[in-house]
Amino acid sequence: MFRILRNVQIDWLAWRRPILLASALILLAGLGSAVARQASPGGTDSFNLGVDFKGGTLLTVRFKQRPSDDQIRSALAAKGVPDSQVQSTEKPDIVLVKLPRQGSEQEALAEAQVDIGAARGAEALATFGEGNATIESTDAVGAVAGRALRNQAIAVTLLALVGVLLYIAFRFEWTYGAAAVITVFHDVLVTLGFFSLFQWEINLTVIAALLTLVGFSVNDTIVTFDRVRENLRLRRRANIYDLTNEAINQTLSRTIITGGLVFLSVLALVVFGGDVLRGFSLALFIGVIVGTYSTIAIATPLMVWFVQRLEGREGRAARPAAAAAGSGAQTQGRAAAGRPARARAASPGRSQRTARQ
Amino acid sequence: MKKNLTARFVIILLVTVGSLYAVVGPRRMPRVSDFTWGGIKQNMSENIRLGLDLRGGSHLVMQVQVPQYLKRLTENNVIAVQEAAKAASLQIKEARADVDINAGRYNLVVAAADASKVNEVRDELQRRIDLSPYSDSVSGDTITWTMTPTAQRALGDQAVEQGMQIIDSRINAVGVAEPTLQRHGATGAHQILLQMPGERDPQRIKNLLAGESRLELAKVVGSTSPMPITTYDTKEAAEAAVAGQPNRRVLPYAERDEPTAAGEAPQTDPNAPTRWVVVENPPVVTGDQLRSAEASEGRAGGGGYEINFSLKPAAAEKFGQWTAANVNAYMAIVLNDRVQSAPFIKSQITDSGQITGSFTEQSAKDLALTLRSGALPAPLVYLEERTVGPSLGADSIRSGVIASIAGLIMVVLFMVIYYRGAGVNAVIALLLNMIITIAALVVFDAALTLPGIAGLILGIGMAVDSNVLIFERIREELETGKTVASSVEQGFNRAFLTIIDTHVTTIVAALFLFIFGTTLIRGFAVTLTLGLLANLFSAVYVSRTIFIWLLSRKGRRAETLSI
Repeated sequence: MFRILRNVQIDWLAWRRPILLASALILLAGLGSAVARQASPGGTDSFNLGVDFKGGTLLTVRFKQRPSDDQIRSALAAKGVPDSQVQSTEKPDIVLVKLPRQGSEQEALAEAQVDIGAARGAEALATFGEGNATIESTDAVGAVAGRALRNQAIAVTLLALVGVLLYIAFRFEWTYGAAAVITVFHDVLVTLGFFSLFQWEINLTVIAALLTLVGFSVNDTIVTFDRVRENLRLRRRANIYDLTNEAINQTLSRTIITGGLVFLSVLALVVFGGDVLRGFSLALFIGVIVGTYSTIAIATPLMVWFVQRLEGREGRAARPAAAAAGSGAQTQGRAAAGRPARARAASPGRSQRTARQ
Repeated sequence: MKKNLTARFVIILLVTVGSLYAVVGPRRMPRVSDFTWGGIKQNMSENIRLGLDLRGGSHLVMQVQVPQYLKRLTENNVIAVQEAAKAASLQIKEARADVDINAGRYNLVVAAADASKVNEVRDELQRRIDLSPYSDSVSGDTITWTMTPTAQRALGDQAVEQGMQIIDSRINAVGVAEPTLQRHGATGAHQILLQMPGERDPQRIKNLLAGESRLELAKVVGSTSPMPITTYDTKEAAEAAVAGQPNRRVLPYAERDEPTAAGEAPQTDPNAPTRWVVVENPPVVTGDQLRSAEASEGRAGGGGYEINFSLKPAAAEKFGQWTAANVNAYMAIVLNDRVQSAPFIKSQITDSGQITGSFTEQSAKDLALTLRSGALPAPLVYLEERTVGPSLGADSIRSGVIASIAGLIMVVLFMVIYYRGAGVNAVIALLLNMIITIAALVVFDAALTLPGIAGLILGIGMAVDSNVLIFERIREELETGKTVASSVEQGFNRAFLTIIDTHVTTIVAALFLFIFGTTLIRGFAVTLTLGLLANLFSAVYVSRTIFIWLLSRKGRRAETLSI
């Protein structure tokens, strides 16, 4: 039997402070990029939103003889579309042309303005000769629809997270659910931070990827929490700090194998997935790495911290020594090993608690 | 144990064969040709419904302009109030609509001539006209009917429903293949989604659908034949000319020299400036009283087209009386609040008429079609238009499939190398998972979209994870010195709890996506959910059955396990 890891004994939680600090720094860097871009005069927007969310028109054009980007831009400008963006793809004959929203907000409400951009684009492209340019696809989104899609994407993600929180609270404890959901927020924000930093375009498929990442991150977190819960059942007298470390170590080989395999699959998606899926692949690529890392770096330390805090409050009257458990978590946790009160507060699931009483 | 194993195998066999048939089998009696590679491919492409992004086609999101509808409704009620007041000899000073679309205000304001009789006026009007969408309030001599929010919602819904029916009949008339038409977005968004697979240039259909096609025939106020029709240079001039007169409407009129005597052909000058005419309100006939409308070549010659229409019997009778009483008056043919033409009435007309204008054959036919299907309750606006060419869709499928296969090969290689015999077990479970998931898509007639492929990939990722969880657990149990049989038993039981939790959490999230998500996100949620459900069967049930079978072959004293 060939195994990657055998009998790992790493004190993961001992590293929680520097790791949490590093995570916070990465998070702040991403958010800082978003804020700085928005705030700096003449800077770009925080996020490079695609036509799906900003409104506008995206044309995928196949050329028989490809004109230069500048020629395409000036042809569009001649038809009254000044700020077009031309983007090459991995296929030499296919070009993406992005037109900003045409007409003012008021106009957009008053008439069918999604038509304008596509129509002007088609007119401009027709000037490159008969049958030279074929419009392979059109995505025209009005301002209203773009805003609605954006709000809906955010609302749906938050709702899905509430659902996850409720389910974990039902199966485990509130502390576990809160830790898992905070972790997911961290993962999504870090991934978005990368999108802001590198100005990758955010479109609907990226939202699908962020949702995939939510699923993956929660999945990874639950596998570890599940093991903590099981360990608690087997050894009620042990403390949460040691049990969690043990759980991470026990599931480590699984974490590495699954994480690695999913990482390889996503890598295949980045390499072979093509431009249509580019945003999706990149979001997943970042997400897999962050989602795996955050289970050990964020979810478990938070959970242990929450449990110790709660326990500290419950045990304060009886045992003053445990009162400071939250701040001096690490040493406190070890010192208190083996005390039954700890295990009780930490053991998730109503059934066990009632069973003890 | 033996009997149990047989039952397990029968279930697995049934599911596998059933799923395989759902994916590659024909929906008729199978023929020999169905077992050839070509036949299988043919059947697969018929069975698996591809989404628009993969297959090519048009995706249109429209919005019914409900505020316009409510505004028109309120304005029509003003006319109804005026007529009812006349019929019941009620003394009213004024009746007007007080509408502010942005504030959501649709008020009907009536001032009674005698403040002391204000309640009588209110009761009488409410008895004669259905003002149930409004709540009334009286102050001084003025009665204000305010449209309630509940009524606004109900009427808005009604307008969208009606709009969908009309769009449906127009699509059917024009012959779009396999259209899907459904409500879209949140409630109160008043949006309609139309998907047309295979449609590459939706321009004509868009024009056809958005054509409001509200036809009205109304008397033009002013001089009669043989004097020329009365027109005004500006809207303001027209309004000033009829200031103080009730029931008048000022409409734009692309002027043509209407014949002032019979037998003359109208002359059209495309560069003529827009002029304005005043017509009587309410119109004599509206579009919903049409019996038929056909395009035909114009009698004026020159290749122009016109639309001949005829009226339903009741309207024809009314129209006949009216035309008899108004010989030589100009009659405006109003389409969507624009005067299309304004011929004079030569003699009594009973049930038919023409709409002339600068129509081509196509535009005349389209207008006739939309007139027949009825007027839209309110204008339509396109919010979103997505068109995908078939070759781009094929490109996306190709890159998606290549990426998936590349990922799958890596996974399979790793599993077989790392877990040996058990790895083969996992690969079988993976393949079965994919077959069942696609079969479920076919059975539920869900379309496979690009985000759907992404959902499939995540599902496969979690299937691999389930296998890894189980195998790692069995290895752990083996290391504690348990027998092979009890290690397998324990490994599955323990890992099962974890698998259930991870799967249910993800399905819960997917459920939210399905309920609240957009069309694209739904495609993702559907394949993900189906993939996870299939996984509970393939990774847990099937995989375990294979282990039980392996162990039963080796007998109770099995000491080694290839894992």
